[in-house]
Amino acid sequence: MPTASQLSKDRLIWMYTQMCRIREFEERVKRTFVEHPGVIRGHAHLADGAEASIVGCLATRGENDLVMPSYRCHGYPLVLGTPARALMSEIYQRKDGICKGFGGSMHLADPAHHFPTASGIIGQGIAHAAGAAYAAQVKKTGQVIYSFFGDGSSKQGAFYETLNMAAVWKLPVVFVLENNGYQAYTHVALEDANAKAGDPLAQKAKAFSIPGVTVDGTDPLKVYDVVSTAVDRARAGDGPSLIESKFYRMSPHGNAITVPPVPTQFQEHESIEVYGNKAEYEAARKNDPIGKFRAHLIANGAFADGDAKKIEESVRAEMEEVVKFALASPLPSPADALNYVYA
Amino acid sequence: MPREMMFAEAIAVAITEEMQRDANVVFYGQNMAMTDRDPFVRKFGKDRVRITPISETAELGIAVGAAMMGLRPIVELYMSEFMLVAFDEVINEAPRMRYMSGGQVKVPTVFKAGFGFAAGWAGQHSNCIYGPLMGIPGLKVAVPSTAADALGLMKSAIRDDNPVVYLHHYMLMLDKCPVPDGDYLVPFGVADIKRPGTDVTIVATAWMVKKSLAAAEMLAKDGISAEVIDPRTLAPLDVKTIIESVKKTGRLVLVDQAPKHASAAIVIAGEVAEQGFKYLKAPVKMVTALDTSVPYSEPMESFVLPSEAKIASAVKSVMGMPVAAD
Repeated sequence: MPTASQLSKDRLIWMYTQMCRIREFEERVKRTFVEHPGVIRGHAHLADGAEASIVGCLATRGENDLVMPSYRCHGYPLVLGTPARALMSEIYQRKDGICKGFGGSMHLADPAHHFPTASGIIGQGIAHAAGAAYAAQVKKTGQVIYSFFGDGSSKQGAFYETLNMAAVWKLPVVFVLENNGYQAYTHVALEDANAKAGDPLAQKAKAFSIPGVTVDGTDPLKVYDVVSTAVDRARAGDGPSLIESKFYRMSPHGNAITVPPVPTQFQEHESIEVYGNKAEYEAARKNDPIGKFRAHLIANGAFADGDAKKIEESVRAEMEEVVKFALASPLPSPADALNYVYA
Repeated sequence: MPREMMFAEAIAVAITEEMQRDANVVFYGQNMAMTDRDPFVRKFGKDRVRITPISETAELGIAVGAAMMGLRPIVELYMSEFMLVAFDEVINEAPRMRYMSGGQVKVPTVFKAGFGFAAGWAGQHSNCIYGPLMGIPGLKVAVPSTAADALGLMKSAIRDDNPVVYLHHYMLMLDKCPVPDGDYLVPFGVADIKRPGTDVTIVATAWMVKKSLAAAEMLAKDGISAEVIDPRTLAPLDVKTIIESVKKTGRLVLVDQAPKHASAAIVIAGEVAEQGFKYLKAPVKMVTALDTSVPYSEPMESFVLPSEAKIASAVKSVMGMPVAAD
C-alpha cells in the first residue's frame, strides 16, 4: 500500500471531499431537530470531529473490505458509497431509508456497500466484526474487517473477550478505538484506568500481545499510515491490531433525551454543559480536522483556496438535495412492520 | 431400516451430516477440538472446528458476524445458563439484525446448549431458560425430547436462515430410540403427538415428555386415555395442534420443568384461553416447577420439580376424579 506521502493529488482531494460530506451531513442532521422537529425520533449520534479518522482509515480499504461500526455510524457509509439520501431518509424514518425505516440512526446497514450492520449496544459490534473476519478467514476471501468503536466500548466485556479471541485465531481485523474524550457524558479519565493514569488507551493491546498504536485522529494522513500497517498485517494473516485514534467529538453524545411531546435537539457539548470547561471545547474547535487538512492541502499545492470552496459548495448543494429528498420520501405503511422478522 | 441411536449421538450425527453437506457450517466452543484426534477436527479441519476461550459474548457475537457473512456457525455452549452471560447476543443482537436492517442481512446460526440438569447441579446449572427466549421475534427455539427429534431438529436448525437456540435436555442424553434412515429432517413449528388419547391433552417438552408418557401409562390403567403432545419447537409454537387436541379431549394439563411464570406452559395456557376456551370442560391445570431456585439435595430437588405422580394427579383433577392429598 502506498504511504500517505505517496497519495495522489486526486486521492487527497477525494479525502477532503469525504470529510466535508460527513461534516455537512451531520450538520444537516443536527439542524433537522430545529428546522423539522419530530422528523428524527429516538437518539442520533454524530460523527463531527471524527472526519479525519474515518476517512484516513477508509482510504486504506481494499475494495472488498468490510466496515462494522458502533451506533455512531453515519460517517462510514457516506465514504463507502451508500447514497446519502438513503441514509438521511432512514434517519428521517422514511420508506426510502437504507433500512426502509426499520433501523434508524443507530442501526444503519448497507451490506451492498460493505457495511453489514451496526449494533446499538455498546461493544457488541466488536464481536460481530471479529465474526465477519472469521468468515473471511474460513472462506479465504482476503478481506480485512474494520471494527470501529468508542473509548466507552473498550470497557465492555465484549471488547476484552473479542480481542483475545481475535488474537488467538489471528483474525484479519483492525480494531479502531475512537477515543473522542467522552464515554457518553462521562469524561474518559473518570472511567478508564489507562486514561486516569495518563497512559494511552492503546496499551490495552498489550493484554492480547498484539500491536497497539495511538495516532492523532485529527490528521487523516497520520491515521492513514498507521492503519495501513495494521491492514497489511491483517491481510498477511498475522492477526489483529488495536489503533487508538484520538480526536474530539464536536457535538454532544447525542440529541438530548426528552419525552414526547417535549421537542428534542442537540445541547452544548458535555465539556460545557456538564463540566463547565469551555476552554477545552474552544481548543478542540481550533484544532478542527477539516480546517487543518484544508490548510495542509493548500500549503502543499494539492488545491487552491478557490478549489476548496468549490468542493464545499458542491457538498452543501448535495446535502441540501438530500434533505429535500428525505423530507419528501413517504413514511412506511404501518403493516410493513410485519416484514423481515424471519428470513 | 431405522437406526437405534442415543440422543447425544443423534446430535453429533446431525452436525456431522450437515457439515459434510455444506462447507459453510462451522462448529466451535469451549473444551472441544483440543487435539487433532478430535473426530470433528479429523473430518473437517481446524478452520471449521475450533476451540474457544471461556468467552460466551465473543463466541456468540462472532457467530452473529460470521453468519451475516455467509457461514452457518454452531456454537457449543454446554449449559444453557452460560448463554446468560452473553444474553445480549442471544436476544438483542442475533434476532434483531435482519429486522433492523430492513431485511438486508440474515443470521443463520445455532446456539446449542444442554439444560434442565436435575441431577444435583443445584441452582445455577439446572434451569430451563426457554421462557424468555420463546417470546423474542426473530429467534427460534428447538427443544427435542427423543433422539429422532434431536437429529431431525438439529439438521433443520442448521439449515434455517434464522438464529436458533437448540436446547437438549441433559436427563435425556443417554436415551435411545429408532431414528429414520436417510436425510431425516423434523420441520419447525410442527408438534408431535407422542401418544394419542381422547380424555385429556397433556402438553410437555423435553424431559417432561418422558415423564408425561410414563404418567399416561399409569393413567391408562385407571381407564384414562391421555394424549401427550410435544411442541418440539417453542418458537415457532404449533398452537393449532394443541387446540385441535383440546377440541377433542376438552381437558388440558400443561407440564413444564420451569417455574410457572417463566414456563412455556403459561404461554400455551394463554393461547388456549384465548382460542380454545369454549372447548374446555375443566380449568387448565399447570404442573410446573415450584417457585424456588433448584435445590441441591435430592429430596428437595424432587419436591420442587414435576413428577409422574404430580402429572397423574393433575390429570385426575381435571377429570373430576378424587385426588389423593399431597
